[in-house]
Amino acid sequence: MEYSFLYELPKIVWMLIGIAAFLGVIGLMLVLVDVPRTRRDRWQASLFLAPALLLLLGGLVYPVLRTTMLSLYDRSGDEFVGLANYVWMFQRPEILLVLRNTLLWVVFAPALATAIGLLYAVLIDRSRFESVAKSLVFMPMAISFVGASIIWRFVFAYRPADQEQYGLFNQIVVWLGGEPRLWLLEQPLNTFLLILVLIWVQAGFAMVVLSASIKAIPAEMVEAARIDGAGPWQLFTRITLPSVWPTLLVVLITITVQTLKVFDIVRTMTGGNYGTSVIANEMYSQAFQQGQLGQGSALAVFLFVLVIPLVVVQIRRNRKARELV
Amino acid sequence: MTTTPTPPVVAEAPGRPSRRAEGSAAGRVRRRLSGSAAGIAALVIAVLWTVPTAGLLISSFRPAEEIRTTGWWTFLASPEVTLANYRDVLFGSGSDGQLITYFVNSLVITLPSTVFVLGVGALAAYALAWIDFRGRDWLFLGIFALQIVPLQMSLVPLLRFFSQGVSVGGAQILPAWELTGAMAFTNVWVAHTIFGLPLGIFLLHNFVSQLPKSLFEAARVDGAGHGRVFTRIVLPLIAPALVSLGIFQFLWVWNDLLVALIFTGGDSATAPLTVRLAEMAGTRGESWHRLTAGAFVSMIVPLVVFFLLQRYFVRGLLAGSVKG
Repeated sequence: MEYSFLYELPKIVWMLIGIAAFLGVIGLMLVLVDVPRTRRDRWQASLFLAPALLLLLGGLVYPVLRTTMLSLYDRSGDEFVGLANYVWMFQRPEILLVLRNTLLWVVFAPALATAIGLLYAVLIDRSRFESVAKSLVFMPMAISFVGASIIWRFVFAYRPADQEQYGLFNQIVVWLGGEPRLWLLEQPLNTFLLILVLIWVQAGFAMVVLSASIKAIPAEMVEAARIDGAGPWQLFTRITLPSVWPTLLVVLITITVQTLKVFDIVRTMTGGNYGTSVIANEMYSQAFQQGQLGQGSALAVFLFVLVIPLVVVQIRRNRKARELV
Repeated sequence: MTTTPTPPVVAEAPGRPSRRAEGSAAGRVRRRLSGSAAGIAALVIAVLWTVPTAGLLISSFRPAEEIRTTGWWTFLASPEVTLANYRDVLFGSGSDGQLITYFVNSLVITLPSTVFVLGVGALAAYALAWIDFRGRDWLFLGIFALQIVPLQMSLVPLLRFFSQGVSVGGAQILPAWELTGAMAFTNVWVAHTIFGLPLGIFLLHNFVSQLPKSLFEAARVDGAGHGRVFTRIVLPLIAPALVSLGIFQFLWVWNDLLVALIFTGGDSATAPLTVRLAEMAGTRGESWHRLTAGAFVSMIVPLVVFFLLQRYFVRGLLAGSVKG
């Protein structure tokens, strides 16, 4: 079939209409808000806030309540079943596997991504190629998880032993005298290979943030330590590490929250098969593919509960950091 | 041979800290590791982080037959380059990808979602920072707290809202959004705007609230209302913050899979590149000539945005995750 750009025209027109309508409404509102002579602050504030509050109440606050309620109902949301969905979650072996996988992700991905980011930030600090070196490792941050997953699936691609390999990983295995294997099917190794993809994406984030923090260490402090005869390792453990520690924790928590919600990588790498599913993927599969609204909602609520303490800690750290400034 | 201890550095410049490059602790660590070991470690990381992408990029320009039979590292032995993969995957028939359609979809989803978050977010941030009303701090805290809600919590109810409308006790209050054709994009815009707002308002509020108070007092004395102050004074001043947030929202929406999967239903008329690529990777996992080129079609826009605006990107990152 010959491709015709005319097919795309309605979409672009609708996009332009959407943007124009939005800007028009906002512009009109900004004019109208100044018209009344009294100009009561309360009235003006409510106009400024109305769009945001409407969207947040309808799209986040209400859904949170609704999903929590749905988690106490059966698959179609009609019959009250109490905590049955939660009991199901902690009893079914396949869901327990999902929870175990999520635990593996949370234990390994944030720590390794942060460690590699810190190591790299220290290694390239003030080197001649710093900005180029940073861009190389930071670049995966711009790519989608789907794109990153395709990149890594290609690395792990498999051909039977009698054929030439085109996946880099299997080729290296062959060069070292091993047998090529379908790595993404090998449990539980495959979960670690998926975790590797997230580390590959997030290390750049850790590196950039930590690098900024390293540069903020006062030169006088370093000089003083040097005069006292501190060696490189001591400089790192006594000066660098304590100085960047608060930032490091924030990075760690931020990546942990990301890790808990990981979906795209699992979806694209294995589709959640071969024992690699995680909570977010299972939630999608239950609620949107199998029509199990109750069980899907219970998984979402569980995810929410896991995220809460992390974000509370993060908020408190942020506040402290701001008070210090 | 005995190792000579490093000469004491104390004598060099007591009490007069040198302002040269070795001021940084990390910089000194690197140097003291005699450069080579540290250099090699850094190089290993850089290579590990670059080679997978390079392999895919090189492959995307190799003829399909070559990709199928040999590794991309043999490319230099037979440097044959073709654009056929890109042509096929962009313009080929449905089963080849026809990614140009999905590329347009991605664009049509991403641009409004970004503009909406910036507009709604800036208005809210301004009101929360500079208009006096009772309960303002509580409201800000509430919006701030919404950042903890994983979007998974919203998906089922929001999708129901679009497909069934709102009814209370059997009475239909709001009808279902039965949007067809190009108008179906509206659902995805609204969903992305909602999910982008808590962080957006928070980041912009950080920036707006730091503007000097005298600015607003002067304008108010001159008789300007909030609408005028917002458009004439605030918007131009917060432009850098808008750019930072804009980049984030743009990349976030462009790269998103989950929201698109649910609110476009994977329909080819509205689904973005990520949905299509995930689908191609699932059903035809071994068609690497299509997947390699397809992956780069989806990456080209984020990469251009990233390399052109890296400075703003980093600034936004630091504002969001370090300073908070």
